[in-house]
Amino acid sequence: MNLADAAHLLVGLPPAPAVWCSGLRKRYGRQLAVEDVSLEVGRGEVVGLLGPNGAGKTSVIKMLLGLVHPDAGEVMLLGRPAADPAARASVGYLPELFRYQPWLSAAEVLILHVRLAGVGVPAQEQRDCLSLVGLAERAGDRVGGSSKGMQQRLGLAVALVARPEVVVLDEPTSALDPLGRVDVRDIVLALRAQGVAVLLNSHLIGEVERVCDRVVILDRGRVAASGTLAELLGQRELRLQLADLSRAAEARLAATGDVERTGDWFTVALPADDDQTAVPDLVADLVALGARVHAVEPARISLEERLLGILRAGNGGNQ
Amino acid sequence: MTTARTVVTIAALTLREALRRRVVLALAVLTVVLLGLSGWGFSRLAAESGTSTLTSGEARLTASILLNLVMFGFSLIAALGTAFLAGPTLSGETESGIALAVLARPIRRSAVLLGKWLGLVGFGSGFVVIAGLAQCLVVRATVDYWPPQPTLALALLVAQTIVLLTLALLLSTAISPMASGVVAVGLFGATWIAGVVGAIGGSLGNDAVARVGTVSRMLLPTDGLWRGAMRAFQDPSALLEMGGSEGEAFPFLSAAPLTATYVVWAAVWVAMIWGLAAASFLRKDL
Repeated sequence: MNLADAAHLLVGLPPAPAVWCSGLRKRYGRQLAVEDVSLEVGRGEVVGLLGPNGAGKTSVIKMLLGLVHPDAGEVMLLGRPAADPAARASVGYLPELFRYQPWLSAAEVLILHVRLAGVGVPAQEQRDCLSLVGLAERAGDRVGGSSKGMQQRLGLAVALVARPEVVVLDEPTSALDPLGRVDVRDIVLALRAQGVAVLLNSHLIGEVERVCDRVVILDRGRVAASGTLAELLGQRELRLQLADLSRAAEARLAATGDVERTGDWFTVALPADDDQTAVPDLVADLVALGARVHAVEPARISLEERLLGILRAGNGGNQ
Repeated sequence: MTTARTVVTIAALTLREALRRRVVLALAVLTVVLLGLSGWGFSRLAAESGTSTLTSGEARLTASILLNLVMFGFSLIAALGTAFLAGPTLSGETESGIALAVLARPIRRSAVLLGKWLGLVGFGSGFVVIAGLAQCLVVRATVDYWPPQPTLALALLVAQTIVLLTLALLLSTAISPMASGVVAVGLFGATWIAGVVGAIGGSLGNDAVARVGTVSRMLLPTDGLWRGAMRAFQDPSALLEMGGSEGEAFPFLSAAPLTATYVVWAAVWVAMIWGLAAASFLRKDL
């Protein structure tokens, strides 16, 4: 195979993941903070990082960005090894501990970061970035005099200003009011729409559930579970309270999916490719087959319940 | 290319920090006060010698001593200023979290360190040169004394400042901001005192005591460079006037000129300490 063929093959390959790491390990003194963590964020994908305090989420993020040196493991950012600083050229980062030079104004902080990123971002685009996070009127104010919420908004602008292809947000709403949280959610959704990958570490499970394509759950330094929300939360189920169930009706139920029965309550797993017709069709058929339908409830565990379940199982019944 | 841009950006940022944090203002006020006081003192000296109570040799000796004394004041201000700037600049920023967002950019940590160092060097040497030159002019205006080698003297003062701030930078990669400033200034003072002790030993002919000064001058070259600077500020006849070897022990006159070897050693020392600082900063987990 000649070079041109090889190049052609390479072009045909899908782009490397936005973030990829394998076997990350970090020990602080005696404390094992991170053990064998591997994860991947695809291009344009929003991945949530969940876990209790001290699970190693921030350590993992810092290792991805070269701020903490892993004891073992490998990190690639946008297809380049993270040991090369140039791998971070298109990475935006909002740290959990967001502090910016207090003697600079918000606009000056953005200018500094644009320069350090080595990207030519016009002044108007920088101003747009500040207004996106709600700081348009505060552009000239010294950072030192701003509230924590304002500084976190500035941190978000810093993460977004240099036209990133990956944005890493570590607790991006910890200092924000409910309005600010909605703003952040909208920004993350807008990033996804633009094809920007996002790694979101947040305690607010509802937030993660709303915006993330996939979730990685860390517990005591390890990946306890990971997958798409549908994978993690399981298939949707339907709970029905039925009476006068004929054999034909029972067969109709079984044809929909696995059935569990407790008294006159039936729990049916719905097909994954449900196009919103399965439930009304099933109910109509059951009625036609003579069953009396007392109640129909959609059943779906929340991410919070699932997270707690995973963490409790991981703690081996200590709780 | 990108590294050069990072270095320049960080150096400019460091200078801007010194300006914005009013360090420059504080130093300017201190300098003006010191210049004013010394101007008044020197004019009094001129008035006294005008009544011919002092021979011209005595007047030059006094002018040399006073000039060295005031210059010591300036070098102390420069040392304190840069040490307390260099301390917080790295460890303070890692402690507060400012470094997190900056170092996550596609830049090398060594470039950030070099930028900080250059910014501090620019700041420290700018101060030393401006304040030192102003002082020389004040002396010339009041008692008509001009040091024999003002350029060399100021260059050595700058070198002394660089030595101290490089040390402070190394300390700030390893220990807390406050501690790094205190340790750097403490070492500076200790070496100066060791230098004085060594000079007393020399004038008494006690080799063991004299060695204290020599060893300390090798370990931290601030005092050696300072003595070279004094030598270049003072009138060549001043030591004879003080009584030759007995004058050696006087802390504000310098007996021996600086050797080229020592200047090379000081440069090597700075390079070594900078390398250690870079190694320590590169390995640091933020």
